[in-house]
Amino acid sequence: MFLIYLRRELRRRKKAALVISMGLALGIALVITVNSVSAGMTAAQDKVLQSLYGLGTDMTVTKAQTSTTSTNGTPKFSFGAKDDSSKTQSSDNVRVQGFQTLKSTVVTQVSAQKGVDQAVGGLSLSVTKVDGSFTQGKAQSTTGSGQRGSTGGQPKVQGGGADFSVNSYTVYGTDVANLDLGPMTTSKITKGVDFTSSQSNSKVVVVDSAYAKTKKYSVGDSITISGTKFKIIGIATADSGDSTANVYIPLKQAQTLSDSKDLVTTVYVKATDSKQIDTVKATIQKNVSGTTVTTSADLASTVSGSLSTASNLATSVGKWLSIAVLIAAFLVAALLTSSAVSRRVREFGTLKALGWKSGRVTRQVMGEAFVNGLLGGALGIALGLAGAYTVTAISPTLTASLGSTSSGGGPGGGGRPGQQAAAKAIDIALTAPVSVNTIAIAVALAVAGGLIAGTFGGWRASRLRPADALRRVE
Amino acid sequence: MYKLSGVTKQYSRGKETVHALRGIDLVIEDGDQVVIQGPTGGGKSTLLQMLGALDRPTAGSIEFDGVDIAKLSETKLTRLRAEKIGIIFQSFNLIPTLTAQENVETALAPMGTKPAERRRLAAEALESVGLGERLHHLPGELSGGQQQRVAISRALVKKPKVLLADEPTGALDEGTRDEILALLDGLWKEYGLTFIMVTHDSHIAKSAPRLATIKAGQVTITDQARQTAPVSY
Repeated sequence: MFLIYLRRELRRRKKAALVISMGLALGIALVITVNSVSAGMTAAQDKVLQSLYGLGTDMTVTKAQTSTTSTNGTPKFSFGAKDDSSKTQSSDNVRVQGFQTLKSTVVTQVSAQKGVDQAVGGLSLSVTKVDGSFTQGKAQSTTGSGQRGSTGGQPKVQGGGADFSVNSYTVYGTDVANLDLGPMTTSKITKGVDFTSSQSNSKVVVVDSAYAKTKKYSVGDSITISGTKFKIIGIATADSGDSTANVYIPLKQAQTLSDSKDLVTTVYVKATDSKQIDTVKATIQKNVSGTTVTTSADLASTVSGSLSTASNLATSVGKWLSIAVLIAAFLVAALLTSSAVSRRVREFGTLKALGWKSGRVTRQVMGEAFVNGLLGGALGIALGLAGAYTVTAISPTLTASLGSTSSGGGPGGGGRPGQQAAAKAIDIALTAPVSVNTIAIAVALAVAGGLIAGTFGGWRASRLRPADALRRVE
Repeated sequence: MYKLSGVTKQYSRGKETVHALRGIDLVIEDGDQVVIQGPTGGGKSTLLQMLGALDRPTAGSIEFDGVDIAKLSETKLTRLRAEKIGIIFQSFNLIPTLTAQENVETALAPMGTKPAERRRLAAEALESVGLGERLHHLPGELSGGQQQRVAISRALVKKPKVLLADEPTGALDEGTRDEILALLDGLWKEYGLTFIMVTHDSHIAKSAPRLATIKAGQVTITDQARQTAPVSY
């Protein structure tokens, strides 16, 4: 009887059922879309941070910021004058990014700290290569032209000049013995091979795919850095489309090139327990002096640009909008259900006069509201999925600017890959992934909406006395 | 069957108190057919609601088979209505979304009758009132007389001890009225029921075996041609 009555009522009151369901559907769809977009924002932020840190890195250790008085921060190029003006001259300047380095022993020191699972050092370099040639000017003597006493003019140099091109790129010295931590983990080898632990003394490089495309490098080619020839063994493609460096070389080679023996710019740290990151940070800062520890949370606060704005919008405006629409939908559903009970006073009164218990009448009303809720949930999930799919299909590009507000060991600070990223914006395509959790939340909301509406209506129906119900129509 | 002693019913309407029934004493025997007649607002429908366990008196007692139903809990009143009292309403009060058969089934649902048995009994009840061909029709597809026949089937399908009818022909034309009255009279005799009907139709009142005239909340009983149905329970 319950199901027959339920089915007939819903069929008869299609419009009312549709209004209630659509109200709930709108709220639920909004929750799904906002949740998915928020998840997309978080994923985008994670990608941005991973492009700096690499997968699995919980924090980085860099040298504490000190006022830089070093003069070696200014690139110097030496070119000598040569007779053969057509001859090309070239000069490389290799600098440590940020000019702040730590001793390699710090890596061991950090590894030994409580709560640290793994620590790996890396050295970030910036290479500026100047190529070109001088053309000597030619001296020409001037003949007298009315100047008194002049037997011959002073020689005058004419022509000559310089034609140089500047190529700047970044090099990251990676610890080939520990490739599962550090910036390279966000890139995949798409051609050739990765480093092996035995290649710390080999002159081999892995080139970022975007840089390789620009320079038309392929596996097997050679690349010369500051006079040292390296063989390209692999091409790496960054997951986020933005790599940490243009060229990766073994750490020892990077130290040799930059004259930074036993020095690193950044120590990448993985904690044993990701929930204890703050404790580990405090331990390292306390026990390893002269360092700044930056966690991904610290770094996330430095992300700015449209990604940050959109993320803030999704978490604040989107969240509150969803809550407001949901509350409104629940209220509308409750009011409509309650009003439907008012219209059916005679019906429920008759059923009670026939001997139906209040509980049976209440169950009937709640059942109808529950089905409306489920219909709203199904519609809402469909609408929400369509919304999330549309966002993913459009994939709006968001820009993330990194590290602009940080100082010290932050992304703008101590000579780590983050600093390179600080100077440029990273473009991330926004997606809106819908998780099982989001669907579960939607279903729970639909059930809750149906139950709230049903409780209102059922409560009203249960309070009806058969005589009152019949008297109202007389 | 019924023994009413000093039954009073008052309603509050704002600051005003309405005395619907004023200390009614009335005895109705098993198998009696009683017609309650009176002017509008005289308290006849209120009396029927008391007899149908739909409402409680403000004072007095209503004994049904020796049990004072004024003191019964809501659950017991509900069970009493479900098992022993059949009610017919002036405007039929059928559930518009359910078919004739399903409407009749609603009276069996609270008794825990199994679905197949419910369907069989409902079909039989409708056939007994000449609606065997209209089982799957919705109330909106039936005439007024047919709808009242469905309502009668619904009231009788559970084989109640008492049939209460509140102006059962009030919404019908004269021809249909007579058909329904003849049907009810036949069923009263066939089922051996106690049949109590409220009406303001003096034609019906004149032919009633027992007439209870209610005026200003008080009842006068007249045995016009008293007869009782052969009680079958």
